[in-house]
Amino acid sequence: MNMNWILLVALFLSGPVWAGEAKPLADDPASEARLKHLAVELRCLVCQNQTLADSNAPLAEDLRREVREMIAKNMSDQEIIEFLTARYGDFVLYRPPLKATTTLLWVGPFVLVGIGATALVITLRRRAGKVVDVPVTEDEHRRVEQLLSEGGKRS
Amino acid sequence: MIPEIGHFALILALCVAVVQGILPIYGAAVGNSALMAVAKPAARGQFFLVLTAFGCLAYAFAEKDFSVLYVAATSNSQLPLHYRLAAIWGAHEGSLLLWTFILTIWMFAVTLFSAHLPESTRSRILGVMGLVSIGFLLFMLTVSNPFERLIPAAAEGRDLNPLLQDPGMVIHPPMLYMGYVGFSVAFAFAIAALLGGNLDAAWARWSRPWTTVAWCFLTVGIAMGSGWAYYELGWGGWWFWDPVENASFMPWLAGTALVHSLAVTDKRGGFKVWTVLLAIMAFSLSLLGTFLVRSGVLTSVHAFATDPKRGMFILAFLAVVIGGSLALYAWRAPRVGLGGSFATVSREGMLLANNVLLVAAMGSVLLGTLYPLFLDALDLGKISVGPPYFDSVFVPLMAPAIFLMGIGPLAQWKKASLPDLANRLKWAFGVSVVTAIVLPIVMGNWTPLLSLGLLLAIWIVTSAAVTLRERLTHVAGNSLGERLASVPRSYWGMLVAHCGIAVFIVGVTMVKGFETEKDVRMNVGETATIGDYVFRFDGAQDVVGPNYTAARGTFAVSRDGREATVLYPEKRRYTAQNQIMTEAAIDPGLLRDLYVSLGEPLDDGAWSVRLYHKPFVDWIWGGCFIMALGGVLAISDRRYRIAWRRQEPAVPASARAAKRKVA
Repeated sequence: MNMNWILLVALFLSGPVWAGEAKPLADDPASEARLKHLAVELRCLVCQNQTLADSNAPLAEDLRREVREMIAKNMSDQEIIEFLTARYGDFVLYRPPLKATTTLLWVGPFVLVGIGATALVITLRRRAGKVVDVPVTEDEHRRVEQLLSEGGKRS
Repeated sequence: MIPEIGHFALILALCVAVVQGILPIYGAAVGNSALMAVAKPAARGQFFLVLTAFGCLAYAFAEKDFSVLYVAATSNSQLPLHYRLAAIWGAHEGSLLLWTFILTIWMFAVTLFSAHLPESTRSRILGVMGLVSIGFLLFMLTVSNPFERLIPAAAEGRDLNPLLQDPGMVIHPPMLYMGYVGFSVAFAFAIAALLGGNLDAAWARWSRPWTTVAWCFLTVGIAMGSGWAYYELGWGGWWFWDPVENASFMPWLAGTALVHSLAVTDKRGGFKVWTVLLAIMAFSLSLLGTFLVRSGVLTSVHAFATDPKRGMFILAFLAVVIGGSLALYAWRAPRVGLGGSFATVSREGMLLANNVLLVAAMGSVLLGTLYPLFLDALDLGKISVGPPYFDSVFVPLMAPAIFLMGIGPLAQWKKASLPDLANRLKWAFGVSVVTAIVLPIVMGNWTPLLSLGLLLAIWIVTSAAVTLRERLTHVAGNSLGERLASVPRSYWGMLVAHCGIAVFIVGVTMVKGFETEKDVRMNVGETATIGDYVFRFDGAQDVVGPNYTAARGTFAVSRDGREATVLYPEKRRYTAQNQIMTEAAIDPGLLRDLYVSLGEPLDDGAWSVRLYHKPFVDWIWGGCFIMALGGVLAISDRRYRIAWRRQEPAVPASARAAKRKVA
């Protein structure tokens, strides 16, 4: 216990030798967090397929600066996104807005599940009517085993 | 000269493929065993011819033969040998050769392990694979020839994209292609069975190990690609829902559904029609994926049109393969028997429901991947479909599938009772819910998604434990060890693979919920703290690599005052294309990764630095490897080994005559 205390004190005393804590890259961590939050949903326009948050391209850097300025001007997320879409089109958004041309995109997956589930229920119902239950007998199982291990003589 | 030999070998391989695609299938149709016997030597011959072509291209790369256009375009004299060899699949032409080569490897494997198959089945399978091979060889020989000459030869090659100069490039594409192309075997089995009209339990039994092997390769291949992106791209993500990733994920989803559906066809004779459709689907998606990635259509629909010959060939080939097999399916499938009956609530019913969800998930990925292309092609505007879309669509589809995963293995075949299942699983469910709610609160960050993730993961593990316990009471043996040993390996495989999913989910959830990152400006000697780790920047030195120069930073990491590790991230400039690459430095660990990547140099020796603390991130890939391990366990099961053994037991004539549809 005592040793720990000594170590801790030594640590504090040796602190200045470490030259101190590095500064965050951004001046204002709070607005930087907002930028990050926005940038992961925005596309770097000149990259192959990268978010604005991830890209190191100069144009992405410029766009990030613009967004920072808008944050500094106290614009809401909604306003910033509206501004960006007005300027660059829907292409800049990784979450496509719901409109006439993207309805299929957004409802498609759930329609697929719906169709799948309906098809499943209908098939099972119809099947239940058709299937005469002929259980696979032990004998037949044995025959399958035999056929499987019999070798390639038959054609 | 050597490249011409390779080219010629491809031409010969095409001739052999034509023979292999036509004669054995015709022979099987008319019952001519001489024609059927062509299949095996033809497949092996094709393997050696494509091997020769592959070897010739490898030789051209090893010898830096820049008079070959493809070599000049994807390598450089400074590029180390192993990357020159990996550059074989560094672009379009060579990756198609790799694809074809792997197809012939699978063919060769089929000739080796098909002694127990009826000759007609075997020749149909090899015939179908030969037909697929025709398409690829024809494509290479007409519009995408890797051996095309560049005259006069280039003095220097254009170099492999620096992003691809990584050990991941050596191993990831071959693994992935082994998986993609492996589904061609399941596809060929399905088409052969449709052609022969013998879709029966034996067909499912034969297809199962092949499908599982392909699935394992694909799982590992995707995991490796994801891991590679994680450490190479320098911003710590592991999955971006990039179209290229989606292209490999769609066959995986279809393949996963196929593996489960085959289990029912094998055990209960049901779902035959559906299983065949899934086999066709998995392989079609593999084809689609290969072409999506390699045709340039993803970068822009218009890139596709810059080389219309390639585009047209691809579309025509996809139409023939997919359309042809679906037409055959529509024609033959209705004749297939239904198999045994089962109630909606039964193991069959749950597996079917799981299949519906997996296929719907696959369809959503397909929709999201192709939707922007269609909109653009129709001039309806350019949109981006990215992670926010896929996350919000995929999670609601997969969550119920994973929930069913816990119940399915406990439900009886044919008919199960819900109250009974609820009773058997109530403890597992209770434990999962309580842990999932309490654990994040204890860890200090409760979000609904975090709880959901943990709930699903714990649910898988606890329900698997219940499943195993019940199973142990039913198997023979006195001691626990004896009983554990008498549980079949395929059963262990299932449990292990399911637990792999749980491990994967834990990784995803914990990283999403608890990762921390910091962007800092670090002077020499300054420290930054993240998690309980203190990073001290000890400056950056210039280093020279074989084909790049780099600035290498030194970061001493300590925890509680004790030195933990030293990390060396790099910022590289590849000389051939003058491209900048970030090489992150990672200290991996079971419970967390520490991740440092260098940003830009600032004034007086300072750098912008990005630091990450990523809890449990390695569980993501660990989970994938555990899934694949489960697959390996399953195929090592006795029941398949019996089928492999090539021996002629004395079969009574009555059984020999009983070659009718069973089940």
